[in-house]
Amino acid sequence: MEVPILRQGQYLIASIQSALTDADLSHLREALIAQVGRSRCRGVIVDVTALDVMDSFAVRTLRDIAHMARLRGAETVIVGIQPDVAFAMVQLGLTLKGVATVLDLEEGLAFLDGRTKGGLGGGAFDKSRRPPSGPPRG
Amino acid sequence: MDTKKSMSVSTRVSDPQALSESSAGLLRELVAHLRQNRTQLREEWARRITRAELLTAMTEEEIFAEATAVYDNYVEALETGTFEALQAYSRRLSERIIPRGVETDEVVGIVLLLRDVLARSLFTKYQDNVEKLNRILDSYEPAANRIANTVAVGFVEERERIIRQQQEAIRELSTPVLQVRERLLILPIIGVIDPQRARQLTEQLLRAIRANRAKVVVIDVTGVAAMDSGVANHLVQTVEASRLLGATVIVTGLSPEIAQTLVTIGVDLSEMATVGDLQGGIEEAERLLADRAAPTTQVREIAPESQR
Repeated sequence: MEVPILRQGQYLIASIQSALTDADLSHLREALIAQVGRSRCRGVIVDVTALDVMDSFAVRTLRDIAHMARLRGAETVIVGIQPDVAFAMVQLGLTLKGVATVLDLEEGLAFLDGRTKGGLGGGAFDKSRRPPSGPPRG
Repeated sequence: MDTKKSMSVSTRVSDPQALSESSAGLLRELVAHLRQNRTQLREEWARRITRAELLTAMTEEEIFAEATAVYDNYVEALETGTFEALQAYSRRLSERIIPRGVETDEVVGIVLLLRDVLARSLFTKYQDNVEKLNRILDSYEPAANRIANTVAVGFVEERERIIRQQQEAIRELSTPVLQVRERLLILPIIGVIDPQRARQLTEQLLRAIRANRAKVVVIDVTGVAAMDSGVANHLVQTVEASRLLGATVIVTGLSPEIAQTLVTIGVDLSEMATVGDLQGGIEEAERLLADRAAPTTQVREIAPESQR
């Protein structure tokens, strides 16, 4: 299954919709890293809200994406890890060390704004950024 | 007598239709007998309950009232062959008597007593006709055993339901996750942490982080007397899982004993932010929240991670 990669301003957003095979994950990694340079992005958001299982290969791929994107000049943030998934991950020792993780897409955008715009507002706690419908949930 | 019995067995095999008809007839006769002698049998039963010193938590009037209800339900279940009404009744009965401290053996005991009382009255009635007695018992015993089973199972199930409910209540009481201000949660832990509670604590915390969109969590362990390596490692895992949800965890109130134990047994808590007491922890948390709002400091804070 192909993961759609959307462009939102200076950021790329990859929203994983269903469980992915290892090949899909590798493909996602290649596509993202290629696009980061091509579209001169400053940030990458990988949304894993829809995943209810995260194995070692998936975690390693996410970590690789973060490190590779950094080499290509973009910050990566993983958003939407489910509570159950998070706990299962740490129990398996898959802790995504060195990779930024935040609650959801909205937080991810705020995080990247904070990292890339260097003090020009839009921080993680800027309430005006919040949509009136409340936080997206999955 | 033996020949008669074997004959009746052979009839049963050869003509099941006739048998089921006649056994239905027998059951009707049986029920009519039990209805007729209701008062006397019920009194006999209540007497035997008192003599066996069952249901000591209840007064004699209560025993008699319940005995009447059970008797009627019993006869009805025998008559109709359906157990739903009896099941519902035994559930209600259990609800009433469990808080009074009635034990499982008492409930099973009284139902078996009723079975014996009724069986004995059948013996008396049909003592001249052994063959008929046998056939009556053939239809009475399976039904009676099933009734005893139904009541006992109903009682035990009700008890288990209450136990589950109480466990749930205790568990919820034991781990409150409180929001101090926007994006800041505190989790005061009091008492002994066993693996099950630790797990539940983590689940509740992670869910609360998500629901409240928390950025900082202060876990206060002032009320925890001792901590072994299992619990300490669980704490570390909780901190890491919280980070995956985008929240920073500060642990406060580690007692001198726990601090010494943890260092002695060699649990690696270097990744964990710790502050002396809850007050200090909340101050630190508010500082972090203020910092995070300003992107410049955020860059500085994340920088060491990104260099890995």
